[in-house]
Amino acid sequence: MRLPDQLKETPSQTAGPYVHIGCFPRMCGIEVFDHEFGAEMVTEATKGERIEIRGTVFDGTGAPLRDALIEIWQADAAGLHPGRGETRGEADPAFAGFGRSAGDPETGEFVFRTIRPGRVPFKDGRPMAPHISFWIAARGINLGLHTRMYFPDEAEANAEDPVLARIELKSRLATLIARPEAPGVYRFDIRLQGEGETVFFDI
Amino acid sequence: MRNSPGGLPGAFFTRDRSQHPPAFAPGYKTSVTRSPDKPLIGLDNTLSEMTGPAFGHDRLGPLDDDLILNFARPGELPVGPRIIVHGRVLDENARPVPEALVEVWQANAGGRYRHKKESYLAPLDPNFGGCGRCLTDEAGWYRFRTIQPGAYPWPNGPNDWRPAHIHFSVFGHGFAQRLITQMYFEGDPMIWKCPIVQTLPDREAVERLIAPLDWANTIPMDARAYRFDIVLRGRRSTLFENRLEGN
Repeated sequence: MRLPDQLKETPSQTAGPYVHIGCFPRMCGIEVFDHEFGAEMVTEATKGERIEIRGTVFDGTGAPLRDALIEIWQADAAGLHPGRGETRGEADPAFAGFGRSAGDPETGEFVFRTIRPGRVPFKDGRPMAPHISFWIAARGINLGLHTRMYFPDEAEANAEDPVLARIELKSRLATLIARPEAPGVYRFDIRLQGEGETVFFDI
Repeated sequence: MRNSPGGLPGAFFTRDRSQHPPAFAPGYKTSVTRSPDKPLIGLDNTLSEMTGPAFGHDRLGPLDDDLILNFARPGELPVGPRIIVHGRVLDENARPVPEALVEVWQANAGGRYRHKKESYLAPLDPNFGGCGRCLTDEAGWYRFRTIQPGAYPWPNGPNDWRPAHIHFSVFGHGFAQRLITQMYFEGDPMIWKCPIVQTLPDREAVERLIAPLDWANTIPMDARAYRFDIVLRGRRSTLFENRLEGN
């Protein structure tokens, strides 16, 4: 329950067209930070199957977004989260779990080189299918959009996933499942609006 | 696992979307084709959203939080009013959020961004990059030193201007807390004319994005201070009460 003396969350405002300056300053020729967060997700020491995720964010007219901020967050190969809030054990110290991309300045295509995540339990203890959490912010997006990417080669796990089961309109499920593009390479396009609109979550 | 009515303890409070701009806000034209048509699917937090990345102090440089110096040529300084922007990152339970990553970006004093898609007449400042970042301390405080940005025109309506503002991106401790917003400056009449500000639901929501002049923290003969507190979503209770059995 919310208490009456609680503070209110700060209202969101769009990231605007220049999110690169703050999050990817090198793309703007601004050499200020030694290290950009989320640029590299794995090292040689990271455990797990290497995968690559490619995709593009499209607007309601079918045009690619070239000014978006795409962030991903995921469990390690054993299904444990690095970072904060994991209560079940210690995640792979060679995996940060967080990735960030601005997409290609010309085509808008984003690329994440990561590992296939393990299964994470739903709140009732049932295992969720392997998935990667996405968050998208951009000019014209007034509040960041949450979605998830699931894997096309995990049909059995997907069929019993409690989150996918929440989606009543089964025709929309396909928007959350990446397409295989090559061995270890998945395509996950995100459509903000209209035909094939990606399922976004109120998390 | 322990059951609790309404969800897992440690999960974040449901987001009160009435405090935020709607996705579709036609006065802000770009939102027209970038807003989902279909309703969002409600999903109480799972571990995938209750957890979040940690960012290490060791990754930050000594000038990352100093926009006055971090792009300036040796011995030179950027043009414009010198200011301190500081505040606390709290959660809805009014608890500080330590080690929150706060990233900022902004235009220079003339209202010009250092970005190749930017075409405003105002010149670039060779000593100003426009980005900074820091981690909050144990009490949730963050602090930047910067130049007060200028207002600038933008293509939306025939004569739309952005009020002076600083973009803020904030990571708390859970991916569900992720937030991007903008800070405005007390007393700026441009705020009330801006179509992006007008996406906000009401005057009270706008006022929570306006940083007051913080006279007490002004540095004499150097810089004025502005205070901007940020509230992220709070947890229903702490994660310590949330041990998952059998794991």
